Parts: sequence; structure tokens; C-alpha cells
Amino acid sequence: MAGPAATAGRPRLAVWKFASCDGCQLTLLDCEDELLSVAAEVDIAYFLEASSAVGPGPYDLSLVEGSITTPDDLRRIRHVRRVSKRLVTIGACATAGGIQALRDFAEVREFAAIVYARPDYIATLERSTPISAHVPVDFELRGCPIDKRQLLEVISAFLAGRRPFVPAHSVCVECKARGNVCVMVAHGTPCLGPVTQAGCGALCPAFNRGCYGCFGPMESPNARALNAQLRELGMSTPELVRVYRTFNATEEPFRQAAEEAESDT
Amino acid sequence: MTHKSIRIGGLTRVEGEGSLLVRARDGRVTDVELNIYEPPRFFEALLRGRDHTEPPDITARICGICPVAYQMSACQAIEAACGIEVTGPLRDLRLLLYYGEWIESHALHICLLHAPDFLGYDSGVAMAADHRHLVERGLTLKKAGNELVAALGGRAIHPVNVRVGGFYRAPARAELAPVAERLRRAREEALATVEWVAGFDFPDVEHDYRFLALHHPAEYAILSGTIAVSDGTGFAAADWPAHIVEEQVPHSTALHARLDGTAGYLVGALARYALNGRQLSPLARSAAEAAGLGPVCRNPFRSIVVRAVEILHACDEAIRIIEDYTEPQAPSIPAEPRPGVGHGVSEAPRGTLYHRYRIDGAGLIAEADIVPPTSQNQARIEMDLRHLVEPRLDLPEAELAALCERAVRNHDPCISCSAHFLHLHLDR
Repeated sequence: MAGPAATAGRPRLAVWKFASCDGCQLTLLDCEDELLSVAAEVDIAYFLEASSAVGPGPYDLSLVEGSITTPDDLRRIRHVRRVSKRLVTIGACATAGGIQALRDFAEVREFAAIVYARPDYIATLERSTPISAHVPVDFELRGCPIDKRQLLEVISAFLAGRRPFVPAHSVCVECKARGNVCVMVAHGTPCLGPVTQAGCGALCPAFNRGCYGCFGPMESPNARALNAQLRELGMSTPELVRVYRTFNATEEPFRQAAEEAESDT
Repeated sequence: MTHKSIRIGGLTRVEGEGSLLVRARDGRVTDVELNIYEPPRFFEALLRGRDHTEPPDITARICGICPVAYQMSACQAIEAACGIEVTGPLRDLRLLLYYGEWIESHALHICLLHAPDFLGYDSGVAMAADHRHLVERGLTLKKAGNELVAALGGRAIHPVNVRVGGFYRAPARAELAPVAERLRRAREEALATVEWVAGFDFPDVEHDYRFLALHHPAEYAILSGTIAVSDGTGFAAADWPAHIVEEQVPHSTALHARLDGTAGYLVGALARYALNGRQLSPLARSAAEAAGLGPVCRNPFRSIVVRAVEILHACDEAIRIIEDYTEPQAPSIPAEPRPGVGHGVSEAPRGTLYHRYRIDGAGLIAEADIVPPTSQNQARIEMDLRHLVEPRLDLPEAELAALCERAVRNHDPCISCSAHFLHLHLDR
């Protein structure tokens, strides 16, 4: 489908939202220095938060924020997949179910009854699931929120038809690159850096804080070894469980790390 | 008998997802439904059993545009429960961080979401084709706010440096100097922005608002204070549950807040300006005067001017704090949990944000209650629409629909902010 002449030939971008805080799509608007350049390279055809103009599909690249939590979302994500040549999920909600996936460890009806007087009115699914649980995904960009530079890299890569360069190593590597003192070794501060994927630029340790895992697990982490170290620093079993059950709680390595912590006692 | 209904599916240039339905019959508006279809995320439920140190990071994820507001209300509620108060340089740093969020959030709304309504564009990006320098100025302002948040908090969205009791690391004076330099330039741009938006063509609309905002004796309230209401009543933060009651209403997908039994009060920039305008910085006050705002502004379309004035005030105050800043002895004060309840109220860019936590003997959250600004404003937004539409029912449908959508955007609704939104099965 050809767009209007002004946009002819430019790749068409769409931004979609499911259950989320909007922070990851806001990251695109937070590229203040690059926003107008990006807008010159791509036709932002569908981006409700930023524009009233709604251009019809198909789209060359769809960025999807948020997790699937309602029956309606299930239908909508299939539609998004149908009208998108390439589909990239952005942020922990879309890649791992997000903080709202904590319902997976509870009874969703009980959750609803805590918040609402009439929980029977609520159409919600038992679980909060990542987009990849429902449709094929071309690339997952992780983080809670995603990193601005990585987002620009992903958009550039898809425009150029190459794979994005997004490293899969741990936050520790970024700490070294940044010249941070190791908060765990130097201050005895519990830190998830050794098992967490890089991408934030080792922010928390730069602020004398232990990493809290908002980018989710790195490739093949050794959580068992880290758990032993965290216990030595005085963390109790419930604390260990909580530290893995935040924004990426249902990612398999973190799910397993929490379960191991529970069974080690 | 004539029927007319306007349906806007997918409100645009608002934060989150909603739609609008207005029905009229024989020249009378019969129904106004601002429908929110933001899926429920159950924050108040998933906070139960978490450690008392966790709500600042967890509740930040309610809203990517105003995470600092959530962190500030959460911290103060928990600190109140622990019986401590953060004062002095640490409180100043909190103010500074919060001003950064006000600048970025208001600049985003003014330049990318709201101004296109007045100039006839679909988006800020489309507006840039003809007014590149205006959009660039807005982006520069927004960037100054984001850089301030990132300097103090590590990143602009979900800052990592905030904790119960203060911060993980306090910045050195030298770290803040370049930020102040940028803010001085931003202050000039903010002043120009006030002048620019003051010249827009505003629909001639006034509403008899009942305003609610935080009030502080020594400053234009943002971080803490007591609750002030425009009818002269007011109450302490801890008395919030006695005055504000949220209820499920059958036609809406959000809980509606009622103040002392009455629906439809307004929080946000217009409310703050009406109740606290005299406490704006001298520069912001004179800019407001020059913009013709008067002591109270009841035209929601002009809220864009008030937001621009608040950016100017935030730049002014942030520069002052940086100039007077002395590094605190420690980045935080100890917050030992004890069983009890704490309330925390602050002014998010979109209005008053209330948090309440009950902490148990193990230092865990036993109960959480969060009242975001947009669920307080929803009933009032619907009233605005009713008053706006009724005398204009003869307008062409497309024009009326566009006006309705603008009337919603006037209040910068932050739909993701509501942890309460749900789907109702409506009889239609």
C-alpha cells in the first residue's frame, strides 16, 4: 500500500502499546537530539501517544511495548503481527511480562479482589506474558526501561537490514568498562550484576547501589554461585526470592534462581 | 427527536489508552463516557508482601512519564510510617529531581502533544516541518529536564538513585555545575515558551472548578505539604482517606474519586496555580501576569500557559538549589521499619498523587493504596465535555469530535498512571 507522496519510499514505523507504563515508547521521544532525524528517515505511521495521524498498515517495522494481559490483547497482538513486516519488542513488559507478571506467583482473582470492589467486571488473563509467547518476534530489546542508545541502534539496524549489535554479556563487563569499583567486593553490597544482561551502562553500581536486574538475565548466568555469595553477604531466603522476582520474574533463569534459593534452605 | 453521538476510539497524544463517547438527544447531552482501556496491572496487590524499601522502584513502573512523582510519594509515605522525615540538603535534592521531571513532562506535553492542537497539526513531528525551531526549542527544554533527572537519578525514566531515606549517592557540587549551566539556557527558552503559548487562540470557555492541590507554607508546593481546596477547606495528608473516596462507577473503566462526597474536583496545573500562584518565583509570576493569566485561570485550554509558567518556575528553583547546594553528610538517613501506616502526597506534573502503606512487624508491605491524579480528574473531564458540547451540538461532527479530544488533552491525562483501570462490560 503506497502512502502519500510525501512519505513515498520511506520505511513505515508503528509503535504499539499493551500492558505497560509507556516508558519504553517514551524513550523514543526522549531521543531529543535524534528525533527529528529519525522522523526524516522513517514515516512514523502509527504512534498514538505522539500523533493523531493514523496511517494504515502494513508497516515495515513495528515496535511493541507492554505485555499480554487481557483477551482483547490476544486478538490485537495477532493483528499487529499480521500488519508488520518486522516486529521488535521493547522493554521488560514485552520481553518478559514485566512487573505485572508477579500475578503468576499469586492467584489473579485475589489480586483483582484486593484492588477492585467488583472484580467480576474485570476481563484479565491469569498470567502476564511476553509478546513472544503469542507471535513470532524478530528481535527483543530488553530493559526496564530500555536504553536510548540501544533503541537507536535497533532502529538503525532494521532500517539497514542488519542484525542489531546488542551485547549479551553481564553488567560486570560494563562496570569494568566504566571504571566502577565493584560494590559487592569493595562495600559488601549485594548486586545482581554478575547474572544480569548489560545495556544500562552499569548505572546502579555507579551510584553505589547493587544492580537490581532490570535488564533481566544474561545469557547462561550462574545464579547458583551468586546466590551463595549473596547469602554470605547476609541475604535471607525471602530477600533472595524477592530480588529475582521484580521486573523480569518469569524469565527462566531468574524464575529458576528464585526457586533454587527457596529449595536451598 | 434527534440523536447524536460522537465516538472517538483511540484518543491520541495522551499518555496511555482511552476512548470517548458522547451521546446527545434533543439538544441535551445525555451521556459522556471517557473510557479507559488500560489493562489492569494490580500494583496495590503485587506490593503486598514486598519489603518496605521496594515501593519507590516498583511504583515508578506505574508511569514512565512521571516515575519521580511515584518515587517521591512512595518514599514519603514509608518514611512517615517509619517515623522519620527527610530534611535539609537531602530534601533539596529531592526537590531538584522533581523539578527535572516537571520540566521534561510539561515540555513534552506542551510541545509534542498539546501545541499541535492550537497550530493545527497532527503531531509535534508534523509541526516541525513548518516550525522546526519551535519544536527544537521544546525538545531542548525537555532535554534539560531529562538531563537533570539523569544527573541525580542515573537515567530519565525509572531513576535508580532514589531510596527510602534519601539517595544511594549524593552528587558532588562539581557534578551539578554543568546542569545549572544548561538550566540557565533552559530558563530563557522557558520564558520564550510562555510568551509563545500565551499568544495562542483559545476557545472562550470557563468552568466553575473546585480545585485541589498540595499547599506548603514556604514554597510553591511540589514535594510535601497539606491538602488545600479552593472552597477554603483543607486537610492533612494523613486525613486523605477521610476525605477522598474512590468508587467504581458503572459507565467507566476507572475508579472515580469523590471529595467529601462530591464528584468532579480538579487537580493539576490549573489547581496549583489557583491555590499557590502567589508562591511562584518572581520571574514566573511576572511571566504569568504578562501572559494575562490573572490570579485564577478557569479556562482549561489555557492550561498550556500555566504549564509553561511552571517550567519557568522549575528552572528558576532548580538553579537556586544548585547554587545553594552543600553536599550532605550522608546520602540517606536510616529508615528502620516499624508496624504502622504512612501517607505520602506530592504534586506529580498531572496533579496530586497520594500513597498509603501499612507496614507489618517484619518490615513488609501489608497494604498499599495509590490514588493517581488522572482517576481524580476523570469525573471533572467528563463534566468539562458536557459543558463544552451542549451549546455546540450544531457544529459539524468532525469539528465537535476534534474539540472533545482537545478538551481531554487539556488535562494531560496520564492513563497508564492509573493502576485501577479495568474493563467493564457495558450495556449499549
